[in-house]
Amino acid sequence: MKPWLPLLEKPWLPNGDDHRSAPPQEVSKFRAKDIGLRFFLAVVSVFFLLFLLTFLARSQYPDFVALADNVWQPFYQTRRLWLNTTFLLLASIGLQAALVFCRRQQLRHTQLALIATLFFSLQFLIAQLWLWRHLYELGFYLSANPANSYFYVLTALHGLHLAGGMVVLLSITLRAWRLNLSTYPLESQALQNSLTLCTRYWHYLLAVWLVIFFFSASSPGTYKTLAALCGYPVT
Amino acid sequence: MAHTAIADQSSELHDPRSFITRYIWSQDHKVIAIQYGITAIGVGLVALVLSGLMRLQLGFPDSFDFINPNAYLQFVTMHGMIMVIYLLTALLLGGFGNYLIPLMIGARDMVFPYMNMLSYWTYLLSVLILLASFFVPGGPTGAGWTLYPPQAILPGTPGIDLGIVLMLVSLAVFIIAFTMGGLNYVTTILQARTHGMTLMRMPLSLWGIFTATVLGLLAFPALLVSAIMMALDKLLGTSFFMPALVSLGDQLQYQGGSPLLFQHLFWFFGHPEVYIVALPAFGMVSDVLSVHARKNIFGYRMMVWAIVIIGFLSFVVWAHHMYVSGMNPLFGYFFATTTLIIAVPTAIKVYNWILTLWRGNIHLTVPMLFAIGFIFTFTHGGLTGLFLGNVVVDLPLSDTYFVVGHFHMVMGVSPIMVLFAAIYHWFPLMSGKRLNDTLGKLHFWITFLGTYAIYLPMHYLGFLGVPRRYYAMSGTEFIPESAQTLNAGITISALIVGLAQLLFIANLILTLRKSEHCERNPWHAASLEWQTPQIPPAHGNWGDKLPRVYRWAYDYSVPGVAQDYIPQNMPEQNLKRTRPEGSSQ
Repeated sequence: MKPWLPLLEKPWLPNGDDHRSAPPQEVSKFRAKDIGLRFFLAVVSVFFLLFLLTFLARSQYPDFVALADNVWQPFYQTRRLWLNTTFLLLASIGLQAALVFCRRQQLRHTQLALIATLFFSLQFLIAQLWLWRHLYELGFYLSANPANSYFYVLTALHGLHLAGGMVVLLSITLRAWRLNLSTYPLESQALQNSLTLCTRYWHYLLAVWLVIFFFSASSPGTYKTLAALCGYPVT
Repeated sequence: MAHTAIADQSSELHDPRSFITRYIWSQDHKVIAIQYGITAIGVGLVALVLSGLMRLQLGFPDSFDFINPNAYLQFVTMHGMIMVIYLLTALLLGGFGNYLIPLMIGARDMVFPYMNMLSYWTYLLSVLILLASFFVPGGPTGAGWTLYPPQAILPGTPGIDLGIVLMLVSLAVFIIAFTMGGLNYVTTILQARTHGMTLMRMPLSLWGIFTATVLGLLAFPALLVSAIMMALDKLLGTSFFMPALVSLGDQLQYQGGSPLLFQHLFWFFGHPEVYIVALPAFGMVSDVLSVHARKNIFGYRMMVWAIVIIGFLSFVVWAHHMYVSGMNPLFGYFFATTTLIIAVPTAIKVYNWILTLWRGNIHLTVPMLFAIGFIFTFTHGGLTGLFLGNVVVDLPLSDTYFVVGHFHMVMGVSPIMVLFAAIYHWFPLMSGKRLNDTLGKLHFWITFLGTYAIYLPMHYLGFLGVPRRYYAMSGTEFIPESAQTLNAGITISALIVGLAQLLFIANLILTLRKSEHCERNPWHAASLEWQTPQIPPAHGNWGDKLPRVYRWAYDYSVPGVAQDYIPQNMPEQNLKRTRPEGSSQ
């Protein structure tokens, strides 16, 4: 469908009744949440994008010291970051699995996959806090350098978004837990709809984390190239 | 595509029974709209009083002991911030958006009523946090509504302790509230339209509200990002925006930050914000003009496109607020060009409003007076914008009263004129009663002429070089002393206009207290919101059955039809034709 087509309509011409079938209520309620989530993700994308744009601009100031520049810097070795990525990846896979199981109407498997998702998401958050502590012990304090500041701030905001998602997912898990097999086929559509939206959110947050990862562990040369591409004055 | 099923979610509409669920923790969009409206007008009155205090100092310097330089800067800051964000944005989108969207598209409520309720209470929280800053040690921030670092958090600026922190927190909370509301508005418009209500059959009010909401959703994150980073600079000593500097003889711990970065972020929000306020006003004024001129809006499709194009362009003009900030001059060239381009769709709108009036059957009702007043104030404000959009003209004028005159005309007075037009126009729908005409006309004439008496001389003061933001003149010997007489005159006009708003408040109270109701659709409007079974609309809006829409919202004085107007939900077979369809062409 071409999105601009409605804008070509001539509403002043009499064309009488507009017969269009309306979808069943359950479908359109899902559709509303679907559109709401799309807009929300657009808002969150702008939010992180602006942070990253200021990051790039700030990276070209002389006091900026990248976190992966030298061997004594924390992200010269990215092992810890990869470990955390694995947790979040497992959470994403778990949720995708829950969705697949739900479509196949395998209630028990769905429940277990949901528990696994919550577990790995929590594990990711704990691992991120550990990473913070690690940085702190190495002396990379929040205000010591803009690279540190951006890492702490971006991971904190990303974590908050994940925590918000977990609150929603927890209520869905509880709902799934209360389902029993006799009424299950009836209610599975609603559960499947909720899981579809949650899965999209988790995959999205995984993608955001990968971008933050990339920005935190890049070399000064990478920042310089990106900043030049964005049109920032590069020294 | 319209999705009637979601518009008709009667299963979710638990009829509220107790006072608390009906009027306080209400999920009904109409109650939430009125809650938004009352809160916004309440906090707006605070900002109005602040502007009166500022004017007292400017008109009669050194006459009032309690207005010291710090207090003056605090008044300026709080006046600006409250008016732009907590009054205009909240009243236009939270108030009128909430009230009109479901009624105009033929839905029973917003698609996420609970989130809608949450949006209002979060907004109220942000207002309370903001007002709390008046009562903390050091008072509210006096950094100017743009909150530019480094001065916003350095000694010398009032309110650098708790004031600025509360301001930033309040903004963050407001943005959360707006996002919850905004997601609701766009989803409702896209998903909950009734049978036959295509996008292009929506009244222009909704196009304005819809586009402004999309702008808000994409622009407010920039303010949130800058608020978060500035709060960290202030509280935890990071250096996002703070350069290395010496303050009061001490080298501060900051180093290397970029104040210019904040300005870019701020105006990436700040300029779309102008259109977040203007677009709903454009939409609503179109509807008011059309109804009271008994004519269809001229160039409906062009009006919609203009709204969408202005919305898009508003994201690529932000740096015209920063010509004097020392950015790359090539930037100025680019942004001056985009700024002048945005005048094209805007001019189309102004011409179309005038052509709507042309040979219309104009009823000079109070809403119509305010709508026509808007065309004047907006054209004047817009034309001075063309001056300031050019870099070379902006450089000498940027820090003078010319700018104050310009932006008050274009985004202060103009949206307020539309808000009054809208309140007078839709009040019979909201309350079943019509506001007093005589008081309304008095209110209009004092406000309209009064605002000219305030802002027109400001342009002249600007040419003389009178600097803005100053508590008192000094080092300005080149300005003739008579400028001070003009300043005193402006202050007197401002006080009169401020007091005239009491007429409006009195009108509201007196009208609500009287028992007689006006006729159902006193303006004979064709759009859907006036066609509800009860006026004011009951919970659920549409009784048992949702309306069906057969036409656009502007069928006034249709040739060959006996009725003066055709409601959107009137089918073809109910029309009384005086001659067969098509014979007029």
